[in-house]
Amino acid sequence: MEEDVLNIAGLSLKSRLFIGSGKFPNNNLIPDILKASGAQIITVAVRRFDFENPLENILNFIPKDIYIMPNTSGARNAEEAVNIARIAKAACQTNLIKIEIINDNKYLLPDNYQTAKACETLSKEGFNVFAYMNADLYAARDMQNAGAKAIMPLGAPIGTNRGLRTEEMVRILIEEIDTPIIVDAGLGKASEACKCMEMGCAAVMANTAISSSPNAVLMSEAFKDAVASGRKAYLAKHGTVSAIARASSPLTGFLRN
Amino acid sequence: MSFYDEIQKYKNFDFKAFTDKVLDNEILNIINKENLSEQDFLVLLSPKALNHIEQIACKANGIAVNNFGKNIFLYAPLYVSNFCINNCLYCGFSTNNNIKREALSFEEIEENCKIIAGYGIRHILLVCGESRVKTSLEYLKKSVKVLKKYFDAIDLEVYPLEENEYKELFAAGVDGLTIYQETYDENLYKVLHTKGAKADYKYRLETCERAGKANYRNLNVGALLGLKDFISEVFFAGIHAQYLRRKFPHAEVGMSFPRLRPAEGGFQPKTTVTDMQLVQAICTVRLFINRINITVSTRESSELRNNIIPLGITKMSAGSSTEVGGYVKRAAQGEVLSKGQFTINDVASVASVKDMIYKAGYQPVMKDMF
Repeated sequence: MEEDVLNIAGLSLKSRLFIGSGKFPNNNLIPDILKASGAQIITVAVRRFDFENPLENILNFIPKDIYIMPNTSGARNAEEAVNIARIAKAACQTNLIKIEIINDNKYLLPDNYQTAKACETLSKEGFNVFAYMNADLYAARDMQNAGAKAIMPLGAPIGTNRGLRTEEMVRILIEEIDTPIIVDAGLGKASEACKCMEMGCAAVMANTAISSSPNAVLMSEAFKDAVASGRKAYLAKHGTVSAIARASSPLTGFLRN
Repeated sequence: MSFYDEIQKYKNFDFKAFTDKVLDNEILNIINKENLSEQDFLVLLSPKALNHIEQIACKANGIAVNNFGKNIFLYAPLYVSNFCINNCLYCGFSTNNNIKREALSFEEIEENCKIIAGYGIRHILLVCGESRVKTSLEYLKKSVKVLKKYFDAIDLEVYPLEENEYKELFAAGVDGLTIYQETYDENLYKVLHTKGAKADYKYRLETCERAGKANYRNLNVGALLGLKDFISEVFFAGIHAQYLRRKFPHAEVGMSFPRLRPAEGGFQPKTTVTDMQLVQAICTVRLFINRINITVSTRESSELRNNIIPLGITKMSAGSSTEVGGYVKRAAQGEVLSKGQFTINDVASVASVKDMIYKAGYQPVMKDMF
């Protein structure tokens, strides 16, 4: 069987689990989390880059073989996101950028209109844009047309651990959008990550589900297994789901012409 | 409708009568709710809710961890002037107090900045008394320009300004505003603030709204605990924060719970807010507004600060001096000579505060801004 690889933004990834970095009790945990999760990409908020304080700069805790995807957390509009992306590019020497534009501090829902605008500007500048968004078909099309390399709909409001509440919208995005769909926020359980992958998501991203667990390293491993399992189920394809019972030994098998 | 108009509905509300009637079942039901009404919030501030403080604390912990992770943001205040035209009875800067008055020059501000930045602090709170002569808008703008060289985030705790003035300071690099109403009781407020610009209750109450319109990222409110009964004060501060959150969704809203500390003038608190009540206030606010910054300053002891980290605290001051230019003086003389605005309870260094946070299983965050 051919190796299952996620080819995205010029990268070939064996792991389909992305890890967020913002909520751990200690940066020293990051290498262990990454190892246990098998993740090859970690997202980091540019606002947390601290080059004046190397001992606490989060970038210094990320193993060299891991891809860093800066995010624009803290941006309130497209203009701010574009500026942050440029800082990230200069600081990390990467074209990867996850756009997060949030202008509502209760539910932290991303602003799709501003995100599409930022996608357009940054894609033209050569960034590989991953667009965090509210699950919406029209906005996803706009972001795809603007050059986004991945569409990242939320499963539920960020930090809630409420699971895949946007399941039906995500299903539609998987069906209608050619760009890889990566469910981002809201997943709280490994089984929910598995479900996303079974549905056909290209990858999932987790942070709070792992960081809020009393055993974050073990939970990372659980997510790794769940994502791999869900992916295998997607590739294997399920049997037909039927509302009518089908006996293993046909009840009418005794009839002969 | 401004917040002042909003709270008129509580003008004749009998808080004691309401909270005395609270039942245990009612409290348990509210603890299990996802969204709390103003009335629910008040129920959890009742004396009877202390019977369930552990459940309230557990829920507050979960909400805070999910929303902010196990992170505590550190900042330090920089007092640039103690000139003040107000006579707040409880404040060490009151015009009634015969203290040495000084306003830092920009060179002195820079010297203090170097020391604070040397502690690793990246978030500064610029503080001064109310004097448009000694600390004019221009003075504040120039001060911000100096601060900008050393810090990533700058918040103000200065006298109330006009919206256009907040805009000018925002353009200069200010990110947020902290302003305490002191007491939300309009009648008591008038007794405590008899002269000076601060005597205008409504103008002070609407200060955060002017800053919100000027696009400030951080809006922080609170009542000075000890001036009046704690229940009504925390309640009003909480619904004030909720009002600001709804009106300015772009802003991160925060609350502090400053308890009166000994200060020049010898003002005695009218009520004592116990540690238990402080914990009740912090946790209940977290349940009422899930995504709110909660700040604890060095007013509180190191021991208490250590113990309340898991209860939903998101910001702490560290290594603070409340004396004008106190960082340079401390570095030069090894100790703070005067009381400043109030006496600090936690005199621990930034390094030991960070160590304490790590030991509590949390991560101190110095930088959280571009």
